[in-house]
Amino acid sequence: MSAALLVRALRDPASVAALDATGWNGLIAAARAERLIGTLAWRLDGGAVPAAAAPILDDARRDAEREARQALWEADRAAQALRGLDVRLLLLKGTAYVAAGLRAGQGRFIGDLDILVPRAAMPQVEEALMAAGWEWVKPDPYDDAYYRQWMHELPPMIHRTRDRMIDVHHTVLPLTARQTPDAEAMIADAVAITDGLYILSTEDRIVHSVAHMLADGDLQGGLRNLWDIYCLLPDADPRTLDARADRHGLLRHVSQARRLAAALYGDGERLTVWDRLVRARLLARDGWGRETRKLLVFAFYLRSHWLRMPPQMLVRHLWTKWRKGHRPQ
Amino acid sequence: MRHELTLRIGPATFRVGSAWRAPIDALARLYAAYPDQRGAIADFTVRLQPTSLARRWVRPSIFITGDHGLADAAPMSLAHGLLAAEMGMNLQMALGWRRHLLLHASSVEKDGRALVMTGESGSGKSTLAALLGERGWRLMGDEFALLDLDSGAILPFPRLVSLKNRAIDVVAGAVAADRMGPLLRATAKGDIRHMVPRADAVARMTEGAAPALLLFPRFGHQAEVRPVGQGEAFMRLTQASTNYVALGEPGFAALTRFVTGAPARAIDFPSGEAAFDMVDRLWDELA
Repeated sequence: MSAALLVRALRDPASVAALDATGWNGLIAAARAERLIGTLAWRLDGGAVPAAAAPILDDARRDAEREARQALWEADRAAQALRGLDVRLLLLKGTAYVAAGLRAGQGRFIGDLDILVPRAAMPQVEEALMAAGWEWVKPDPYDDAYYRQWMHELPPMIHRTRDRMIDVHHTVLPLTARQTPDAEAMIADAVAITDGLYILSTEDRIVHSVAHMLADGDLQGGLRNLWDIYCLLPDADPRTLDARADRHGLLRHVSQARRLAAALYGDGERLTVWDRLVRARLLARDGWGRETRKLLVFAFYLRSHWLRMPPQMLVRHLWTKWRKGHRPQ
Repeated sequence: MRHELTLRIGPATFRVGSAWRAPIDALARLYAAYPDQRGAIADFTVRLQPTSLARRWVRPSIFITGDHGLADAAPMSLAHGLLAAEMGMNLQMALGWRRHLLLHASSVEKDGRALVMTGESGSGKSTLAALLGERGWRLMGDEFALLDLDSGAILPFPRLVSLKNRAIDVVAGAVAADRMGPLLRATAKGDIRHMVPRADAVARMTEGAAPALLLFPRFGHQAEVRPVGQGEAFMRLTQASTNYVALGEPGFAALTRFVTGAPARAIDFPSGEAAFDMVDRLWDELA
């Protein structure tokens, strides 16, 4: 199972010395599929790697540097767009880690720019972004209405000339989710980094990342989320973190993320049966970069919808999407 | 995956896996003269997998993917498996190659200097390169030309030449039968047949050449030669490159050096013979 190889290489970079060509091919395929190739390249930097693998890792490092540069420029452009408003530009996820120089940002793949703004300011923010060249991606009225009524973010927007996406969040989880983290408190306690850019507090960064990994979604990209969490955890005081997680209704999830991070990337941890299921889902990737354990993966896909909305609404949603031709995977 | 093959083309190594035997057998036959890369660490993984569980057996249908893939890639019939494998490798290069500036262009070499030809699909650049490769030039590639960021040289990527529709008979008449692949009828791009480059093109596939002339060919028009300014050549090449943006400043510097160093012409030609004359004349005059 090559996702396991990837996890081992991230945990213990020296372990790659034992890999043969098949092992390397599996490691690289899994790292690319999990979008962790930049992180892997950064972890293996300076160590001994075979001549044929070195240029692949160099490419990945350069790609990650470029992504970081682009991400910071997008953050700068968004800050410029919101300048006239009384709104702090609060960065989330990859861009935040890179902007603040956190370990979680090193080599990290960064797709969209994610920002968090107060719900009351959404109309102004939307208007300011449109004026600065961002436009809607989803042309489908059902999707648009769905986002606006039920989700924790605006429908994604893309910049007309730079072709980069922005996700504007107003809270942490979909409005229909079981947990309701306190987004206003997160915004109030945000930390300034530079040039009018803000990031979440040490504890909230972890809670936010955990919420997305374990209380929402189907664990696609979960190995990368867990790596983020593993890198963020040492910065937080455990008791302060617990108190904060409890306040956001996510204490159970944060505890699980701690156990999984320690089990996969750290010194090991006793896992519950449920933890083991999550771990099996996280490691469902073979030596060709293909997803394996189809049934388990599908079960987590169903669960993600179950977490997102009450049953009756779920049925209605899936029926609408099915009629529009959407199929899982 | 059940069937696999590792291939090296120019500077890039591909591990191609397939759920079916036929595409791998076809690749193995046509790439027999290329370096044996069994057991190598590959730059890219290509996967030819069934579009769904049933499609492995019933009306087999190939989903082309790999390290880099497109979610909306059109499925292909197993009868076109060789083309699927080629497209899979091209996809990896187009989306993932970072070690050179990748130009969607054909190139041929003579006396250590390269002629680069770029244009839309159907412009005749591929056919022209294939035929020049049979007329005293060394074929460097029919699809991608790799511009070295440090030396400014064009490096070869001599994969199988992909011939389409009318070009098939023109080229098949000029090369030995054992260098031609199977005729793939009615693909999304029409009929396609692959041609194995000459032995010297394969043997010298790591050997670059300084760019000496850039042409923008266009087949099917009255013979005409137009000068192309450096600015226009630069802009058209950025559009012909899949990794220009990803490479950042080094890509800009390499492309600037290329267009300021090599003269550029747009040529329209009604036939192969007319094109050979124009190429010979321009090469003598400018290169």
